[in-house]
Amino acid sequence: MLGKLSWSAIPFSQPIPLIAAGGVGLALLAVLGWITVKGHWPYLWKEWITSVDHKRIGVMYVLLGLVMLLRGFVDAIMMRTQQASAIGHAQGYLPPEHYDQIFSAHGTIMIFFGAMPVVIGLMNFVVPLQLGVRDVAFPTLNSTSFWLTASGALLVNMSLVIGEFARTGWLPYAPLSETTYSPGVGVDYYVWAIQISGVGTLMSGINLVTTILKLRAPGMGYLRMPMFCWTALGANMLIVAAFPILTATLAMLTLDRYLGFHFFTNEAGGNMMMFVNLIWAWGHPEVYILILPAFGIFSEIFSTFSSKPLFGYRSMVAATLFIVVVSFTVWLHHFFTMGAGADVNAAFGIATSIIAVGTGVKIYNWLFTMYGGRLRFPTPMLWSLAFMTTFVIGGMTGVLLAVPPADFMLHNSMFLVAHFHNVINSGVIFGAFAGITYWFPKAFGFRLDEFWGKMAFWLTLAGFLIVFGALYVLGLEGMTRRLQHIDFTEWAPWLYVSVAGVGVMILGVASQIIQIVVSIRNRDQLRDDTGDPWDGRSLEWATSSPPPAFNFAVLPRVHGEEPYWTIKRQAIESQGLADEPEYEAIEMPRDSATGVVTAFFATLIGFAMIWSIWWLAALGFVGAYATFVVFAWRDEEEKEIPAEEVARIDRARRAARRKWLEENREQPA
Amino acid sequence: MSERETDSGDTAPGDEAAEGEEFAGGTSGYVVGLGLAALLTAAAFAMVNLPLVWRPAIPMALVVLAIAQMGIHLVFFLHVTTGPDNTNNVLALAFGTLVVLLLIGGSVWILAHLDHNMMPMGRQMHGFP
Repeated sequence: MLGKLSWSAIPFSQPIPLIAAGGVGLALLAVLGWITVKGHWPYLWKEWITSVDHKRIGVMYVLLGLVMLLRGFVDAIMMRTQQASAIGHAQGYLPPEHYDQIFSAHGTIMIFFGAMPVVIGLMNFVVPLQLGVRDVAFPTLNSTSFWLTASGALLVNMSLVIGEFARTGWLPYAPLSETTYSPGVGVDYYVWAIQISGVGTLMSGINLVTTILKLRAPGMGYLRMPMFCWTALGANMLIVAAFPILTATLAMLTLDRYLGFHFFTNEAGGNMMMFVNLIWAWGHPEVYILILPAFGIFSEIFSTFSSKPLFGYRSMVAATLFIVVVSFTVWLHHFFTMGAGADVNAAFGIATSIIAVGTGVKIYNWLFTMYGGRLRFPTPMLWSLAFMTTFVIGGMTGVLLAVPPADFMLHNSMFLVAHFHNVINSGVIFGAFAGITYWFPKAFGFRLDEFWGKMAFWLTLAGFLIVFGALYVLGLEGMTRRLQHIDFTEWAPWLYVSVAGVGVMILGVASQIIQIVVSIRNRDQLRDDTGDPWDGRSLEWATSSPPPAFNFAVLPRVHGEEPYWTIKRQAIESQGLADEPEYEAIEMPRDSATGVVTAFFATLIGFAMIWSIWWLAALGFVGAYATFVVFAWRDEEEKEIPAEEVARIDRARRAARRKWLEENREQPA
Repeated sequence: MSERETDSGDTAPGDEAAEGEEFAGGTSGYVVGLGLAALLTAAAFAMVNLPLVWRPAIPMALVVLAIAQMGIHLVFFLHVTTGPDNTNNVLALAFGTLVVLLLIGGSVWILAHLDHNMMPMGRQMHGFP
């Protein structure tokens, strides 16, 4: 009836996961109880859970990502403290099998459920606004993508209390991940969580590519799109091209585990090196899926806060597309040591060094964007500057690792760990925080508190440099990654330094949380009525904050790069807004529960497959298919927003703009 | 419509000139495509079963038919044409082909070289069982 599931799946003997899960469970119950008591369920269901509005979905993506980043950070704290407390005779507090689950969960959660949702959420929120359109190409599909990602995240968190998580690292290398060596449900949790959320990511990629290629404001040719839209296009093209490789590879691993196939086994003609090869053929483009949107965010921020157009726009576009193509030619650098000879290694080593050229072009373009500009330094700009300085260090250690003979020395060392944390932290995470601070006023109508933002920035930056600086040194001293116990007491000082750095980072994370609380409390002082708090240049700042459901009362006509900047200069020079347009009724897609219901059934499928409860899996599949059929047979697709309503909302925006114009009359145009 | 920006080759959606009849569009296009696809499939079977073609040439003939079949699918079902409004489709196809070739070619090349650092004896043992 319940397959492999029994009471023994709950780890009663291990206090740490039980207490952690108990705490999380209590907090969750408290939140749900509070929502119920306050009667917020109808609002949440109608306005958020079933919403197909790209802005709402984007916000939910970012929220999911932030919560999961916090979870991944807790794993990181446990790893650093375990290593610092298990030197020489000391044994630390995490037994090996638990420690292995933690480093596997840390990587999986940070990449798939932390960084990816934040990045996709920002693209979801910003891209349609920057393109000057009303929504993404497939709004209901968008909602389904989000809920499938959430479904995967839920499965990963379930593994904390029900059963176990993979002990194989964040990429389950075969044959370790085969049933011979990993008989438990850990790898199954990994596979089904990633497969379900991977489908969501793929659909989201298709959605955004279609949006950018097919839905742009009239007049917005490709070379008039803001840089963030270009990098989003690049990242989503990579999603569409690379995620099927991941899905296929994990499907083959699933066949091995469930049906006795021999794709990656030791015996019967299997080839475990093929797993490593295929997983990195996805894994390297994945790096650029994360970093390209971050590059776009930095481009927007450098241009806005330098009060200048982006330097070298066309070279930036070329560099982005160059990275998109070349990112498919470097994957072997993740396994230089697997056995290939000098000719293969040299080819991929050279390709790896060449891909750094694209990023180099971008760095110089950002520098020249700032050169001669009127610079301002609010929090998003600070994150961007920290990115530029620290990312260059990470890039240089990367080019060092791209040299095969050096890589033979550094492979699987803490130097490697420090390198990829260096680039992912300063690239993706700083980019995410920069983007969130930058677009938060657009999403909610008030800014984030600057004091706590700067506090969070300096503490996070300091903590990050201390932690990973120490790990670089440890790597050069010969320490390998994923050690549960440290035999060499000489490493102790640097391990203590990195724990101290984690302490500083905890303060940084706390400041982020305080920043959000303080900002919500002081939202009336931080309010932005104009919809353009940073003196922005692209179309998302042309509408009000938060934007109405239809984004733009009338689709803007674009006559060049930086369309909003042009509109604004005209308004300032003529001391008046353009004439009021003729408002028309707007058709918007109807909200739909399809996404959340599909994801519910997908969760059932995943959970049932993990525990071999076949009837439940069949039920989940039938339910998901039925949901699709019901959606496909819907009668009404759109709801109409009447012209008077559009006019009322847009007149309020125009009034705020006019007020701003009058207040800033003295300003030289 | 107000004045139209003329920026040839860089048009945004809605800015294209009024579209003419799309090549191989509409129901008739699909019917013709289906007919051609069925014809090519039947030809492949006929080639194998009837003594029309010199025997040793049959594999090559099948390859030719298969490539023709792909062309039919691309033109009539996926609407990949050389028309000016079709750049996206052609570029998507080119990018997809490039990625597939890189992945397959790269994988074959990498896995063929994985025993490069092994003792030569290992290979001889495979060669002479």
